[in-house]
Amino acid sequence: MKSTSALPPLALLVSGCSGAQSVLNAEGHAAIELKALILGIIFVCAVVWLLVTIALVLALVRRRDRNDGAISERKAAAVVSGAVGATVLVITGLTIASFYTTRALSEAPGPELTIDVTAQQWWWRFTYGGSNSADAFATANELHIPVGKVVRLRLRSSDVIHSFWVPSLAGKQDLIPGRENTLTLRAERPGVYRGQCAEFCGLQHSHMALFVIAEAQADYERWAERQRGPVAEPTEAEAVAGKAAFMAKQCAACHTIRGTRASGTTGPDLTHIASRRTIAAGLLENTRGSLAAWIADPQTLKPGTHMPLVPLTSDELRQLAVYMEGLE
Amino acid sequence: MMPGKVLNSNVAQPLVTILFFLLLVGLAALIGLARQPRQYRTDPPVAAALNQLRLMPGGIGGAPPEIYFALDRPYETSAYDLSQGKRLYSWFGCASCHGDGRGGAGPSLLDGWWLYGPSVVAIAASIRDGRPRGMPAFGSRMTTDQIWQLAGYVKTIGAYSASLAAPSRNDDKHTRPAENRAPAAILFNEAPPVPPRSDQGPSP
Amino acid sequence: MTEDRKQSPLMDDRLDDAELERHLLQSWQTPGGIWKALATVDHKTIARRYIVTAFVFLILGGLLAVAMRIQLAQPEARILDPDRYNQIFTMHGSTMMFLFAVPVMEAMAIYLVPLMVGTRNIAFPRLNAFSYWIILAGGLLLWISFALDAAPDVGWFAYVPLSGPEYGSGKRADIWAQMITFTELSALAVAVEIVVTVFKQRAPGMSLDRIPLLVWSMLVMAFIVIMAMPAIMFASSTLILDRLVETQFYNPAAGGDALLWQHVFWFFGHPEVYIIFLPAAGMVSTIVATFSRRAIFGYLPLVMAFIATGILAFGLWVHHMFVVGLPRLGESFFTASSMAIAVPAGIQVFCWLATLWLGRPVFATPLLFVIGFIVTFVIGGLTGVMVASVPFDTQVHDTYFVVAHFHYVLVGGAVFPLLGAIYYWFPKMTGRMMSERLGRWAFGLIFLGFNLTFFPMHILGLLGMPRRVYTYQPDLPWGGLNLFISLSALLLVSGFLVFFIDVLRAWRSGLPAGPNPWKAATLEWATSSPPPAYNFRRIPVVDACDPLWMHPEELAVTAGLRVDRRELIVSSVVEALPEARESSPRDSIWPFWAAIATSIMLIGSIFTPWAVVWGAIPVAVTLIGWFWPKGTAEDAS
Repeated sequence: MKSTSALPPLALLVSGCSGAQSVLNAEGHAAIELKALILGIIFVCAVVWLLVTIALVLALVRRRDRNDGAISERKAAAVVSGAVGATVLVITGLTIASFYTTRALSEAPGPELTIDVTAQQWWWRFTYGGSNSADAFATANELHIPVGKVVRLRLRSSDVIHSFWVPSLAGKQDLIPGRENTLTLRAERPGVYRGQCAEFCGLQHSHMALFVIAEAQADYERWAERQRGPVAEPTEAEAVAGKAAFMAKQCAACHTIRGTRASGTTGPDLTHIASRRTIAAGLLENTRGSLAAWIADPQTLKPGTHMPLVPLTSDELRQLAVYMEGLE
Repeated sequence: MMPGKVLNSNVAQPLVTILFFLLLVGLAALIGLARQPRQYRTDPPVAAALNQLRLMPGGIGGAPPEIYFALDRPYETSAYDLSQGKRLYSWFGCASCHGDGRGGAGPSLLDGWWLYGPSVVAIAASIRDGRPRGMPAFGSRMTTDQIWQLAGYVKTIGAYSASLAAPSRNDDKHTRPAENRAPAAILFNEAPPVPPRSDQGPSP
Repeated sequence: MTEDRKQSPLMDDRLDDAELERHLLQSWQTPGGIWKALATVDHKTIARRYIVTAFVFLILGGLLAVAMRIQLAQPEARILDPDRYNQIFTMHGSTMMFLFAVPVMEAMAIYLVPLMVGTRNIAFPRLNAFSYWIILAGGLLLWISFALDAAPDVGWFAYVPLSGPEYGSGKRADIWAQMITFTELSALAVAVEIVVTVFKQRAPGMSLDRIPLLVWSMLVMAFIVIMAMPAIMFASSTLILDRLVETQFYNPAAGGDALLWQHVFWFFGHPEVYIIFLPAAGMVSTIVATFSRRAIFGYLPLVMAFIATGILAFGLWVHHMFVVGLPRLGESFFTASSMAIAVPAGIQVFCWLATLWLGRPVFATPLLFVIGFIVTFVIGGLTGVMVASVPFDTQVHDTYFVVAHFHYVLVGGAVFPLLGAIYYWFPKMTGRMMSERLGRWAFGLIFLGFNLTFFPMHILGLLGMPRRVYTYQPDLPWGGLNLFISLSALLLVSGFLVFFIDVLRAWRSGLPAGPNPWKAATLEWATSSPPPAYNFRRIPVVDACDPLWMHPEELAVTAGLRVDRRELIVSSVVEALPEARESSPRDSIWPFWAAIATSIMLIGSIFTPWAVVWGAIPVAVTLIGWFWPKGTAEDAS
């Protein structure tokens, strides 16, 4: 029995969690139901394929008698009718199984938490606590949810069609401009679950990942509390210089850091960027080095992304990275 | 057996068609190699050179930096850059003053009346450095690349004949003809041009 | 009746065989020379062009697949940038679907249907010539745009809004949409020809229950084309209107709907699969019967299964949209209908198995491909049953599982039978045999390479790898399988290489085939290989499903057609009783000019709506030339 105690977040570095994005690695209520159905259907179909292949081999290599014309013709008709009947039965069975799973999935109790998900080219915005309320806050590419709670995601897109898919937790659901879809998640075990956009959405469709972090209620509350609050003022000299560079350069036009005058909304909210595991929608681990690399040349790491290449001196770059690193 | 006899006309015909096809595609590929692919990244030194706008006194008109011509980076003719410019127009809130291009708090971009001249350099300079009476400077908020993209786009919406690379309509409420239908020309035909606004900018 | 008896026309019943052939050749053959070749309306010549063109597109599309496999062989590879990759996977899908699979199946119909129903040319032969030039122009448009680095990059499904005016910059999506217009125009033209040929030009006595199964499958395919293609015509036209003249079909802010696109696209897109699969099922039925040395088991159930597939094909499209958030009840209906189509597919497979069981199989290369087809197609069908289930689909939709599924259906289910059919009918088309030895190698390599390439993709999909990604990160557990797939693809490529080498070799110097090398039963084998321009010296009379097995020595023939002009028999729909003599159009260069004028108009409309207005004038001129009365009575009997 695998231990279900809270996983030490640092030990479970995103990159180290192999097999996290897998249908077979089911850790959510819906995904577990789906996995059972998927394995069941695959098993039935494998048996059917085996039977057909055996029949094919026998038909090709069987010994042939001289005169079995008329009788075996009739026998064949009976066998074929039987096989068609069996097909109908199997198909009906699978259809009913599929309906039952659908019903089981839609019978989840009412949501205990609602989160707004907005997809855009090529990252995810998660807004907690509604859009207008005072303690609302936004984060990017990293969705924290309490384990065992029914979480409803309101899915919207602000440009093209995307698809929200975290295979370990639930099936996918499209985000379509002009529509609002919902998806219900319930993680049964704490953990970090990788997901990815599953509908072709342009140049960087491949690098539009997200992480769902399911944690105990208390941990979740603590995380939310910290996210809600503003960020501490930098004290270290380099970080102070980094903040100045952030405000003076193009960064502030697209990014928000609550508590400062940076209030752009085109790019991800960076208020607590240092608390995230990855940057650039799962492209890089969140370290000072990768932050600097990403800021220095986003178009080489993720060609076509809307983050522009802002010319910076190496000092500015280092200071910015230090500042980002301090945005806990 | 003689191959010539085997490859009689019935057989050769499809092959001739195909060779013709491949020839055309091959020729196109030669032209294609000469074309610049879509570029997402501008080297910082190139961006710095692109930032050297050569303006006339008073900031009215001017010439693009030499590298603009050397680069073959046509911000005014590449459909990709123009469509990026269009997204920048909404991302950076240009519509809050210029509306859908017909102006508001700021001047119209469609009436054919360019306070600082119709050249793309003048537009880029207006975006970068701002202008008196309310136009803010975006030089600290946009990169040089973005300024050029936006300038190219702004020039496109005010053009009286639509270029083939001009973007089409957006997926939102339709308030004026799309850029690829030359909104300036259509609006000019529909209503008399707005009289020159002497309250803005130096008089031409 | 009012005809001048003194100058009575030259009829075939007064001539001996040699004299008759001389006269027929004079009336039917296309003389040499480039202009004459462009003007030909011989269905066999046009079909050959179609087939060769389609296989060229197969090679080009295959090369694109190789490029994608090289890029995906390792994580975060930088061989292709995302822009190029997106163009390549769009080109691969569009080329394979619109420029290879559909045209090649129609081309087989153009070649075989007139021969199999015993007539001298396809109905509307000039339209047929036109359709070929049109699809060639569509292919040119797409591939020249690719060479110019301006190819569509929105996927072969071109979902709005990504392909719409706001996000699809440049002319890329317009080129895709207009390429669709070309191919749908061509496909519709051919479909109409097939329907009329099958219904009105069958040899006397070939009543509906004696039509060869391949012809049945082509007939059903033609009806699907006629009903499905208008949907994509609507889709591509509205897309181009949205992009060019600011209509709002797909703009949610102005009352349009992004999902509308998916509905109309898949209303065509799902039947498209059966447009490709049904002809293959017809080929399989033909090959199975010939190499089992017995009549097909369950002729009637097979015909019914074809028709049922054709009807059900239109009730499945929503299973491509199970994750867009439609109401549950609707989804359940489409789950049931998608599952139900497994029943006619099952009937077909069981009938083929029974035929093999009851017959005495001869393991020639065409049959090997059919055996490979059954093994792989059943996997594709079963994974199809899997994705028909809504909950199952929410996990595998748009992953490599689906990529594996539809390659099993389209390659296993259609390309394998097609390759078998090429081995089978190559002798008829060229008069030369392909090599059995190379054929076995080709089959072995393709079968093995295909399964090793595509089977692991099922697993990749379950491991969470989405489709249409140009790369993936090294920390994801997909690298090993992807490398394995890319290496296996080389095996698949080598198999196709052997196949093409065999085709070229046989074309130049294959052994002469003789009229009926496989001792097959259907009418196309009753004439020489390759068939003369007039197909049959005298139109045969049919009194069985398997005329050549019933009458191995000599077929009964009709008489009474004129030989001094192109003439064929029109027969009744059900019983195929002869009704009239009908003249068949002569060669004409006008379809060629009409196709060029149409192409100019369609390509021009990518750039300006006025092209439709001004471009219509040359089209009208060429059509007038095409239909100008020639001064001879059309029906002189």
